[in-house]
Amino acid sequence: MTTVTLDKAGPSRKIGSMSRDRKWAMRWSYVFLTLFAVFFLFPPIYMFITSLKTSAEISAATNPWWVYNPTLSNYIELLTSNQFLTFFKNSALVSIFVVTLTMLISIPAAFALARMRFWGSTTLATGVFLTYLIPDTLLFIPLFKMFATFAQWTGIELINHWWVLIFVYPTLTVPFCTWIMIGYFASIPKELDEAAIVDGASWLQTLLRIFVPVALPGIIAATIFAFTVSWAQFLYPLAFTSSVDQQVLPTGIITTLIKGDVFNWGQIMTGALLGAAPPLIIYAFLMDYYISGLTAGATKG
Amino acid sequence: MAEVTLRKVVKRYDDVEAVRGIDLDIPDHEFVVLVGPSGCGKSTTLRMIAGLEDISDGEIMIGGDVVNDVPPKDRDIAMVFQNYALYPHMTVAENMSFGLRLKHYPKAEIKQRITEAARMLDITDLIDRKPKQLSGGQRQRVAMGRAIVRNPKVFLFDEPLSNLDAKLRVQMRIEIKKVHQKVRTTTVYVTHDQVEAMTLADRVVVMNHGRIEQIGPPNELYHRPATKFVAGFIGSPAMNFIPCQLEESGGLLQVRVSDAAAFPVPAERVARYRAIPRDTKLLLGLRPEHLVDAQSNQSAAFQPFDATPDVIEPMGMETFVYFPLAGAQLCGRINPGIDAQAGAPLRLAVDLNHMHLLNEATGAVL
Repeated sequence: MTTVTLDKAGPSRKIGSMSRDRKWAMRWSYVFLTLFAVFFLFPPIYMFITSLKTSAEISAATNPWWVYNPTLSNYIELLTSNQFLTFFKNSALVSIFVVTLTMLISIPAAFALARMRFWGSTTLATGVFLTYLIPDTLLFIPLFKMFATFAQWTGIELINHWWVLIFVYPTLTVPFCTWIMIGYFASIPKELDEAAIVDGASWLQTLLRIFVPVALPGIIAATIFAFTVSWAQFLYPLAFTSSVDQQVLPTGIITTLIKGDVFNWGQIMTGALLGAAPPLIIYAFLMDYYISGLTAGATKG
Repeated sequence: MAEVTLRKVVKRYDDVEAVRGIDLDIPDHEFVVLVGPSGCGKSTTLRMIAGLEDISDGEIMIGGDVVNDVPPKDRDIAMVFQNYALYPHMTVAENMSFGLRLKHYPKAEIKQRITEAARMLDITDLIDRKPKQLSGGQRQRVAMGRAIVRNPKVFLFDEPLSNLDAKLRVQMRIEIKKVHQKVRTTTVYVTHDQVEAMTLADRVVVMNHGRIEQIGPPNELYHRPATKFVAGFIGSPAMNFIPCQLEESGGLLQVRVSDAAAFPVPAERVARYRAIPRDTKLLLGLRPEHLVDAQSNQSAAFQPFDATPDVIEPMGMETFVYFPLAGAQLCGRINPGIDAQAGAPLRLAVDLNHMHLLNEATGAVL
């Protein structure tokens, strides 16, 4: 009641304007969010519309934003084609192995660089990040040369096998994942691992039983990154794999659905949409974990 | 349980010496408090005992064994941190049992120890909660429980009450004392709060600039400080220091604080102070409770004088008065029944039987 009386009094104008400011801030944020959503949803919606059209309708001069004769034939053809399923399988295997390998290297590396003070650890941490700044377009030629030399020396042919990507992608994912996890690990209070060590835990036990559970949001962020990189990587598979049965989704769709100068737009769009589905599903599933701050209550609060 | 011994322990960070060669013997069962201002090296000392910091020089022994190169996990110590450092993803019971589970204790024994500790700390109802569902005081109890269940040789406390509000701090202080009376584990406790040090300790170690200023039971430090730092640090409000000179007139030894004011040295101290060279710059140290109102202290032990207080602080059971004298700002403690007014003259009395005389240059109590 007091506030009401105060509101009517002259100098209390500020209180009213505060809430008005907030209202306008909300309105503006919705305006920009809407613009943002329209801008970013434009390509996937266009892809979705196109994927429901026949080739004839795509090339016909009708309204591109409307489907007159919707058909699922593109989806049926792709999902029953062995080629597409092979690409999908290769992509999935590469991504799963790359994510696993990346985490097995990055988590202990980040822990060591964040917590064990040793000679040159800070320089090493910066060095790890700097390697990430080298663009992959610069790396694929020397890598190609290295694989050729390796084949000469050992007789093991690395080029044109899907599994070679498992060893190539971590050159991109490990530095970045290590870097973001160093940051996350550094934000965990030092007393937490000191308490574990005083309680009798070894470094490994501290890492596995305290750090990994507490740093889960950071680890999940790194996992999402590693998965996205390996799922969407285009240049390396284009350079290192050529046979149809060794290709992954991004290159597979392009090389098999574009024949000469004929673009099979309906199937390309369908393939791209289906290819985008797994990361979307994984994001939706992990987002809750990613956002929830698991460190709450660890120390003072 | 074990005794802890420090021999000439030094900690150097690059070219800064945080701890400058300290010697300390803590017998079994003793509760020792390291106290001092921030940056005095008390926390570093504790962390060296825990093994969380390397020792640059000297020796630390726990239970007679040199532990300089023993990792923390093998020192059989338990530590309570200022910010609790509870494992956020574990329940209270899991937090408390973590150390025991790592050492593969039988389940029945773990359970029994947790139940016992939880009962001692009054947290039985919270055993299945996560740390974030607990209040600050409850979290600190759990942190203590985690230390107790391990039944270690030594308890280490690193400012455990600093994050709690004043009321809770007093309550937890009593709690810690009770726990120590029950388990009798050798305890090293670090705090910057001299009240905590006085109330908890069997012996207090006052540290300053990486060195030990004085070691002793709380009352000894209070009544017989060895240095100006200890005299000023222990006690609240702090001891007053007044620049003064010794003079002898007519065979009577006097402490002169200003041209107008001089007090006779009590008879039993004359012999002790007579040897001091007259040109030594001295400080007269007087605790507030020895600067009292003249009205209620009229015995021969008290020397009356006049002052004009500029601030009056009524505390209920006592009243503090702040007044200038001989260029120093002093604090006295008067009977709350006296009607003292800021700016109004007040007749005060000084009890010189409890005076301290300090060498201004060296800080030593003479």
